Amino acid sequence: MYRYDYIDRAFVEDRAAEFRGQVARRLAGEITEDQFKPLRLMNGLYLQLHAYMLRVSIPYGTLTPNQLRKLAWIARTYDKGYGHFTTRQNIQFHWIKLKDVPDILGHLADVEMHALQTSGNCIRNVTSDPRAGASADEIEDPRIWSEIIRQWAAIHPEFSFLPRKFKIAVTATAHDRTAARLHDIGLLMRKGRDGGVGFEVIVGGGMGRTPYVGPTIRDVLPAEHLLSYLEAVLRVYNRHGRRDNIYKARIKILVAQLGAEEFARQVEAEWAQIDHPAIDAPQAEVDRVRAAFAPPAFEAVTGRSDAFEAAKAASSSLARFARNNVHLHKQPGYAIVDISLKAPGETPGDATAEQMELVADLAERFSLGELRVTHEQNLVLPHVKLDDVAAVHAALAGAGLASANINLVSDIIACPGLDYCALANARAIPIAQDIALRFAAADQAENIGELKIKISGCINACGHHHVGHIGILGVDKKGEEFYQLSLGGSAAEDAEVGKILGPAIPADKVTDAVDHLVGVYLRERHAGERFIDTYRRVGLVPFKEAVYAEAH
Amino acid sequence: MPKLIKLHDGHAAFANDAYMTVTDEDATPASGGVILPLARYRIEGAALLDEGRNVGVLLQPDEAIEELSDDLTRLSVVALSFPKFRDGRAYTSARLLRERFGFGGEIRAVGDVLREQASFFIRCGFDAFEPADGSTPEQWMAAANRFRHVYQRGADDRKPAFVERIS
Repeated sequence: MYRYDYIDRAFVEDRAAEFRGQVARRLAGEITEDQFKPLRLMNGLYLQLHAYMLRVSIPYGTLTPNQLRKLAWIARTYDKGYGHFTTRQNIQFHWIKLKDVPDILGHLADVEMHALQTSGNCIRNVTSDPRAGASADEIEDPRIWSEIIRQWAAIHPEFSFLPRKFKIAVTATAHDRTAARLHDIGLLMRKGRDGGVGFEVIVGGGMGRTPYVGPTIRDVLPAEHLLSYLEAVLRVYNRHGRRDNIYKARIKILVAQLGAEEFARQVEAEWAQIDHPAIDAPQAEVDRVRAAFAPPAFEAVTGRSDAFEAAKAASSSLARFARNNVHLHKQPGYAIVDISLKAPGETPGDATAEQMELVADLAERFSLGELRVTHEQNLVLPHVKLDDVAAVHAALAGAGLASANINLVSDIIACPGLDYCALANARAIPIAQDIALRFAAADQAENIGELKIKISGCINACGHHHVGHIGILGVDKKGEEFYQLSLGGSAAEDAEVGKILGPAIPADKVTDAVDHLVGVYLRERHAGERFIDTYRRVGLVPFKEAVYAEAH
Repeated sequence: MPKLIKLHDGHAAFANDAYMTVTDEDATPASGGVILPLARYRIEGAALLDEGRNVGVLLQPDEAIEELSDDLTRLSVVALSFPKFRDGRAYTSARLLRERFGFGGEIRAVGDVLREQASFFIRCGFDAFEPADGSTPEQWMAAANRFRHVYQRGADDRKPAFVERIS
């Protein structure tokens, strides 16, 4: 894993010191809230319905045990004892006092963390595959290039006042776990013909009120030119992206208006004029970062664990956990273990300080000191020996963290919604809780299989409703919370924006509607089909009929 | 009028403004340096330059820096306007002036120009500022130098981290 050197350390210390000065000026009344707003936003500090919210960056979703312990300590010391993991692999604290923020940034800097660029119209946290370094089919660890991008983007002199926020995702396997095609830039690692590493460059995907699956503007970009190429994309956007209308300011609108071909032409023309060696990370730097992500010291063990097999045979709950939360690792005898933060009835993505500390301990003891955050708001122990899975499961079960529901109906993405967010039209969390409780029976949930439900409390789509197999969008209808359902979205390599099912329905009908949708799927499915597969085969009509039958 | 701060060899100081910025309504002064909006420069610029006057151009964010590519050798100032501090287009213009067109004259930030942006300005090649927040040169440079290290190459001479690490 990448560790800070003297430069990185000085950088986050300087950032914390800078914000301490800015907060002091605000608290002394030397600057107004209007003047302060852009300064706090650059440090991830939002003013929400009830309090300040601090969003802490977790670059490419990778954490050390000590970093997670520090987040737990911050939750306990400065918040109400919990934190909320987000759809961009970050963590939010929702009950923060302004006067504490400089100290919090100082504590984060102590463990090589920051809240830099987690808000504002700048390049946001780079997201990546939560299984990086553990997947058998990955070309190379995508965090190498994510870290190179993280540094390049940090207080970029030219691209810190963009028309709108800017999000980059990097992935290196055929199966996309980063929603790359729904980012401002998605980078899919490809092996070039010469054996070198390159990227397929996707620009202009996004959600919000105008969702787009991003087009590819370059099939293979040699990785060594990544930064100069990104600089060209950002420069075209900074110059030509719309600034007159906040809803049309994302790069997806520029790409859609110009057309992908013309946009690509402008980028290539700009790139041709950039002094590549001045901008691109030199080989020595790439080598330095690559070395930091060298595989951890795996033990040589056999691919089969008799202890694990025996434990599964003895415990149906462990067997269920193994079926749903334990995944194949590239290293024989190891597994990737997903920790669900979606216990039915709980807030999706929330973890208490005690839960964070337990997971940190497990990562230290059983996962070679590594853990990850997923954009689906769960945690991952990426390197667990099969021999240790039963012990990990038992420890998780004792902390309410053993929900065996990864990718199942209750593994719901939800934004904070109207319970916290000033932008929301409707609540998202109670809807998620209600659906999860309806489908809490584990056998039933497993029988239903992979089903991705995503809920947003407003059209900004932080809950990714556009790309849910079932998407749920909160809308305000004359002061009442209504919900618009959509079907058939996907955030994976087969990315697609879902289709609206019909008129919005009241809050108390949403879970019934999901029940009807699941009923149609169970009735119509062919052997081996997931919900999304059946939908793609039979189309919207039978689902629509089932949900709106009562109204006819 | 905001006081002009100029940067010279890494030091900032108040400076007398040797230029009159002429708006669309003003008459052009009979003598001294002038900074003209692009449209007026197109009409009056050549004559003023022929008189031996020092001439600068004021560009709005939606006016492409390439518009001036044939004029830069004769211009002593390019002023880039920030109608709002959030509008970051002029940072690109400044970098292109320095890095692509090799412009060696003054690049001046005017408009909603705030101390918190000082390092962005300097890193993109600006060397003259009209702070709207009344900053002194000392305050300006303290803000500009808050960070001991930078991560990427700009139009200034700071070394990016990847160069510092191997030197």
